[in-house]
Amino acid sequence: MRIELQKRARVSTLFSVLSPLLALALTLLFGAIMFWLLGKNPVSALYSFFIEPLLEVWSLHELAIKAAPLILIAVGLSVCYRSNNWNIGAEGQFTIGAITGSILPVLYPTWHSPLILPLMLILGMIGGALYAGIPALLKTRFNTNEILTSLMLVYIAQLYLDWLVRGPWRDPQGYNFPQTKGFQIEAVLPEILSSGRAHWAFIFAIAAAVALWFMMRFMLKGFEVSVLGQSERAGRFAGFSARRMVWFSMLLSGALAGLAGISEVSGSIGHVQPVISPGYGFTAIIVAFLGRLNPLGIIASGLVLALTYLGGEAAQLSIGISDKVSRVFQGLLLFFVLSCDTLIHYRVRLIFAGTKTAEVKG
Amino acid sequence: MTLSEGPATVPLLSVRGLTKLFGSFAACNAIDLDIAPGEIHALLGENGAGKSTLVKMLFGVLQPSAGQILWQGAPVTIASPGEARRLGVGMVFQHFSLFEALTVAENIALSLDPKISLARISDEAASLSKAYGLPLDPQAHVADLSVGERQRIEIVRALLQNPKLIILDEPTSVLTPQEADRLFETLFKLKAEGRSVLYISHRLEEVRRICDRATVLRHGKVTGACDPKQETPASLARMMVGSDVAEVHRDKAAALGDIRIEVSNLSVPARTPFAVSLKNVAMKVRAGEVLAIAGVAGNGQGELFDALSGEYPVAEDEAIRIRGKAVGRTGINGRRLLGAGFVPEERHGHAAVSAMALSDNLLLARSQSDKKAFLSGGAFSVIRFDAIRSATRRICEAMDVRKSGEDPQAGSLSGGNLQKFIVGRELDRQPSVLVVNQPTWGVDAGAASRIRQALIDLARSGSAVVVISQDLDEIFEVATNIAVICEGRLSEAYPAGALTLERIGLLMGGIHEGHSIPETAHAH
Repeated sequence: MRIELQKRARVSTLFSVLSPLLALALTLLFGAIMFWLLGKNPVSALYSFFIEPLLEVWSLHELAIKAAPLILIAVGLSVCYRSNNWNIGAEGQFTIGAITGSILPVLYPTWHSPLILPLMLILGMIGGALYAGIPALLKTRFNTNEILTSLMLVYIAQLYLDWLVRGPWRDPQGYNFPQTKGFQIEAVLPEILSSGRAHWAFIFAIAAAVALWFMMRFMLKGFEVSVLGQSERAGRFAGFSARRMVWFSMLLSGALAGLAGISEVSGSIGHVQPVISPGYGFTAIIVAFLGRLNPLGIIASGLVLALTYLGGEAAQLSIGISDKVSRVFQGLLLFFVLSCDTLIHYRVRLIFAGTKTAEVKG
Repeated sequence: MTLSEGPATVPLLSVRGLTKLFGSFAACNAIDLDIAPGEIHALLGENGAGKSTLVKMLFGVLQPSAGQILWQGAPVTIASPGEARRLGVGMVFQHFSLFEALTVAENIALSLDPKISLARISDEAASLSKAYGLPLDPQAHVADLSVGERQRIEIVRALLQNPKLIILDEPTSVLTPQEADRLFETLFKLKAEGRSVLYISHRLEEVRRICDRATVLRHGKVTGACDPKQETPASLARMMVGSDVAEVHRDKAAALGDIRIEVSNLSVPARTPFAVSLKNVAMKVRAGEVLAIAGVAGNGQGELFDALSGEYPVAEDEAIRIRGKAVGRTGINGRRLLGAGFVPEERHGHAAVSAMALSDNLLLARSQSDKKAFLSGGAFSVIRFDAIRSATRRICEAMDVRKSGEDPQAGSLSGGNLQKFIVGRELDRQPSVLVVNQPTWGVDAGAASRIRQALIDLARSGSAVVVISQDLDEIFEVATNIAVICEGRLSEAYPAGALTLERIGLLMGGIHEGHSIPETAHAH
C-alpha cells in the first residue's frame, strides 16, 4: 500500500482563506491534548498560555518586543520566498547584524553622539545584507542550493558571536561573564511609550511591512518578484533577470534580519552576549507562511507567534512546565499550516497493491 | 475482444446528455456521442468549444455534472484516469508528460506497476513499437528524441495497457508531414484490430483523410455529426465556426522597404547538452516582408528565437541588427525599445504566466516599451492598473479574445484565445519588427486564420515579420519568402512562389547541407 497525493481540479477559495485559522484551531486542539497528557488541566493551561499574556499592559509591551524581530525578518523572507529564493538562514543574518551594529558601542563606549544610533542601525543592516550575500554569491556563481548554504552559515555566525563575547569583546570589568560592556545611553534604542519596554523595533517592523506590502502590490519591482517566482522563463521574456533577483531578495531579507538583530541587542538586551535570540530567524519562517507571504498578514501572524514565546514563559511560571512547550506549539503550527495548504491543493488517496495490478493488465 | 456479438453492434462508448458546468458556465452542454468498435472518430471544434472538457470526462480527469457514459452498453462512472485505463481507455495528451533525463523504458515504467521489471517493459515496448510501425529505442534518453519520437513513447505507453479506445489530442500538431503519415498507418493498424480511436484535431484535411465519422462541437454543444469524407474542408469549418472561416488575403505584389532585421554570421553554442547550436545563420528581412522559417521541430528554432529576441543575448554585437543598429548584446527590452515585438512558442510559463491575470500578462511584455503609459511615480515605478486594464480591454476587443470574466487568469483561457491575446499584445504596439515562433501551435482554425491575417496585415502596413513555424500550410499562407532551418543551419531565403512542398521537404531533411543544390546558388 502506498499513499498518493492527487492534485485537485479546483481549489476551494473558502478553505484557502480559512486555512491559517484552521491551522490555529488544530494547534490549540493538539496543544490541549498535550497538556492533558502532561497531567495539567488543558483549559487553564491554554488560558495561561494564550490569554493571560494579553491582559496586562506590561505584557502587551513584551508582546510587541517579541513580535518586532519576527515581523521584520518575516516580511523580508516573504519577498525572498515569493521570488522562489529560499533563505533559511535569517537567524545567522540576525546574529551578524547584531555584531556589526554593535561595533560602535563596543569599540567606542565613550562616544556620546546622537549619530551613533542611526549608524548602528545602518551597520546592522549592512552586516545582515552582506552575510545573506554569501549564499546569493554562491547561488549565482556556482549554482549552489541556498537552502543549505544559508542554513549552514547560521551556525558559523552563532559560533563567531560566541567567540567574540568570550574573547576580544569581553568586558574586562565583567567578572569573567561572557558579555560586552553595557551600551552607552545614546546607543540604546528608545522606548515608544512611557508605559513599558516596547521599543522602536516594533515601529520599524510595521513600517517595513507596510512598505513591502506597497511594493508587492503596486510597484513594478513587486511584479518582477512574483513573475520570477512563478516562471523564470516568463521573467526572462519580460526582461527581468533571475540572477539579479537572487541578489535583491537575499540582500533585502538579510538587511531586515540584520536590522532586527541590532534592534534586539540595542533595544532589549543593552549589551552583546552569547545568545541573543530564542530562534527568531527560524520562527520567522513560520510567521511568513502563516501570514500567507503577505506583509500585512505577517503583522498578524507575527503577533500570534510572539504570543507563543510569551505563553511559554508564562506557562513556566504559572503551571510549571518547560518553556520548550512554545517550540512545540510553533512546530505544531507550522505543521498544520503546511498540511492545511497541501490538503487544499491535493487529495490523499490510498493505493493498495491489488488495485494497481488490476489496472495494468485489465 | 468480444465486441462483434449480434448484427447491430453495441457502440463501444456512448455518451448521453453529458454536461459539465463550471459555475453557471456550461463547458459541455448535453453532449451525445457514439463511438463504434473499430472506427476512427474525429472530434472537431474550435478552442473553447468543449473538446478538452469532454475528453477529460471520458478519461476520468473531470466528473460530469449531468448525463451518462455507457461503456459497451453498460452505464459506468469514470472516477479517475486509473479507472479509465482499467476500462480500456488510453489517452495520448497534446502536451507530453515525460522526464527528459530518463530513458524511454524508464518513462514507460513510471506509469505501470512498479513490480514489472524494466527488462520486461523494454521487451514489450520494443515488440509493440515494431508491431505498430512506431520505431523506438527503449534505451534512448528522452532528451535526445524528437517531438515525433516522444509522441510515440506516449502512444506505446497507452498501447501497453491494451486499450479498446485510444484518445489522441492534436497528435499531428507537432509532426512533419512524413511523421504524420506514419502515425496514420499506425492508426489504421489499430483500427484493423478492432480498436477505436477518438481523434481530436483542427486539421480538416487530415480528418477527411483518416476518419470514418466526425462529431463537431461548438460552444459546448454538438453542432453536427457527419462522415467527413463526404464533406469539404469548408463545410467542416462552417460547422466548427458557425460562419465561413475567413480566407487569408494578401497582396501578391507588396513593395518591400528598407532592411529591418539583419542577421549575419550568427553562431551560438548550445546552452545545454540537449540544445542545438546555431551555425553561421544569416538572413535579411525588409519592411513589408514576411520571412517564414520552416523546419522540423528541434532543429534550432527555439535557439534562433532566443537569439533574435535577446532573451539570451549573443557574444557578437554585429551579428544581429534591428533597424540598422547592432543589438547582439542588447537584452530583450532594449530591442523592444527599437520597435521590435516577440511572440515565443510556449504560451504557459514563457509568453504568459498562467496564474496571473491578463492585464498582468500585458505588463509582462510591455513594462519597458510602454513605460510612460503603464508606470508612474518615477523611481518607484508604480503600476498604473487602470491604463493597463483599458489596454487589455482594447487588445481583447481587437483580437476577439473570448474569456470568462473581465480580467481572468491567463491559464483559464483556451489555447487559441490566449494566443490571440499574446499576439494582440504585440500588434497593439504596431511593432516595426515582429518575430513569432509557432504562431498557431495547437490553435483552432478560427483563431489561426485570424492570427495569420493579422501577421500579413502587419507586414502590409510596413513592418518586417519573421514567422518560425512547423506548419507548412501556414508557411505558404503567410510567407513572402521562405527559409528552412535544419540542425542549426538556416538555408537561403526563397520566394514563396518558387518553392514546392517537395523541395521544402528536402531542405527540411538537410539535403542542402554540404554542397548545396547547385541551381539555388543563382536564385537571388
